[in-house]
Amino acid sequence: MSVSMTGMFDLAVGPFIEFGFMRRALVACLALALCSGPMGVLLVLRRMSLVGDAMAHALLPGAAVGFMFAGFSLGAMSAGSFVAAMLVALGAGAVVRLTPQREDASFAAFYLIALAAGVMIISLHGSSVDLMHVLFGAILAVDDAALLLVACVASVVLAVLALIYRPLVVECCDPEFLRALGGRGGLYHLLFLGLLVATLVSGFQALGTLMGVGLMMLPAVSARFWARSVGGMASVAALMAFVSGYAGLLGSYYADLPSGPAIVLVAGGFYLFSLVLGRHEGILGSRMRRHLHKES
Amino acid sequence: MNMPVRFLLRLGAALLACFCLLPARAADAPLKVVASFSILADMVRAVGGDAVSVSMLVGPDGDAHVFEPRPADARRVAGADLVVVNGLDFEGWMTRLIRSAGYRGKVVVASRGVTPRRMAEAHDHAHGPAGQAAHGSVDPHAWQDLANGMVYVENLRAALVEARPAQAGAINARAAAYAAQLREMDAFVRETLARVPLAQRRVITSHDAFGYFGAAYGLELLSPQGRSTESEASAADVARLIRQMKAHQVRAVFVENISNPRMVERIAREGGGVVGGRLYSDALSADPVADSYLKMFRHNATVLAGAMLAR
Repeated sequence: MSVSMTGMFDLAVGPFIEFGFMRRALVACLALALCSGPMGVLLVLRRMSLVGDAMAHALLPGAAVGFMFAGFSLGAMSAGSFVAAMLVALGAGAVVRLTPQREDASFAAFYLIALAAGVMIISLHGSSVDLMHVLFGAILAVDDAALLLVACVASVVLAVLALIYRPLVVECCDPEFLRALGGRGGLYHLLFLGLLVATLVSGFQALGTLMGVGLMMLPAVSARFWARSVGGMASVAALMAFVSGYAGLLGSYYADLPSGPAIVLVAGGFYLFSLVLGRHEGILGSRMRRHLHKES
Repeated sequence: MNMPVRFLLRLGAALLACFCLLPARAADAPLKVVASFSILADMVRAVGGDAVSVSMLVGPDGDAHVFEPRPADARRVAGADLVVVNGLDFEGWMTRLIRSAGYRGKVVVASRGVTPRRMAEAHDHAHGPAGQAAHGSVDPHAWQDLANGMVYVENLRAALVEARPAQAGAINARAAAYAAQLREMDAFVRETLARVPLAQRRVITSHDAFGYFGAAYGLELLSPQGRSTESEASAADVARLIRQMKAHQVRAVFVENISNPRMVERIAREGGGVVGGRLYSDALSADPVADSYLKMFRHNATVLAGAMLAR
């Protein structure tokens, strides 16, 4: 028994003890999970699930310009992508204010322009391999600077979220309330978009723009099946995101899978599991509970 | 004979002369050659000299594995007198480009006659089941062996002479001189690497385009990624490599100009090695470090030897 226990322990922890790059990847996943989970939940609650995806694409031209000027420089690419995504967010916001167009429509328009501009810049400048690294990232190649960036962003995002938590949540449930507050509501919204972009930028350093959104949205959508309160959902989402990262890394280690997609696919597995067996409104889960209630 | 008849005769003679001269004029204009990538373009230029005007599809520092042709490329191919490709499945996109451009001229396969190598077995697992891996995993980077480079030169020489028989003498002379330069460079590379003890001639590079180089010059190459830069390395790949580095005490790790440098740096750091600098494999450099086929070899050999001796 104890032999199989240590065997299990070795399987589950061994790779992280033996290899520094596995530890780094795991820590990056933890930091990402801590900020992506709550951000994803708030996006879902604000009915902005697809905005995360749109913003992730909007990072591309900024990252490309950063790459053009400084090569594979973390600082330049992060700053560039942050600026580009904020421009898209502000542009979409301005369109909503100035025209009757809805926010999702203007986000779609702006992110498509940004995406095309990004692909254009990258293919004019260099090879499309660079593009692959931007889109899919390399969590196994996380270095000190990237780890520091991810950790800092996670801390800042969590701190700011704590400060503006109440108005954000209230606005999710009752948009009229903050509108009554006047301009402050818009300010919170803008701050929230800023946090979203920061989270995505840090995620793109580790997982790439496409996979980073996966780690943000899939656990958030799944969390709804397990918790009712916003805080509960955020905790479940963060936990799921971290476990996805851990399990994806192990899968990548033992089954020889590319790590980014492995992590996101584990998160996808959590989603399907929650969909079927989730406590709240899961296809089977809620029925089973009702059944149990009747019996007891 | 009256005047008008004589005039007409003269006019006829002049016209005849013009017609005779026309093809000669065309032969004087440089042969428009389109090469698929920078290294081939450099070789064509060296052999063809002023008899050719060379343009390339994948420029310096570009990656021919993932090249996406643009309309301007199709136009260039359509207007070419001669198209030069590497072959060995290096330019998968070329057949389609030639067809869509409507080019009907000759396509010279520069690698014709070289003995193709298979890709290293250690990476075949990344390309699916064993049967699939064995099929179609020919290593296209044949130019990384200067002996093959001489085969390329001979193929190019024959093709250019056939296209411009009038300039055969000059082309042959240039080809011979260039081949001599390649032979000299071959000796230089061997000499440079011979300074490294045999047990230390082991490096890691982020793109295993150096299979021919390793086989020709006695260098063992380990690599974290498969043949194509498209595949993402798994944690297992990276772990294997770090273990390998530690076990064999490999200290030199190389970043290629077209792969993710952060990954290599991570592996080097963790395996207790150094990042050795840039090697050029699939493309020449835009800056003068390795902007010709010959300079590429001089640069690669010097950098490789330097890093392996750095321990």
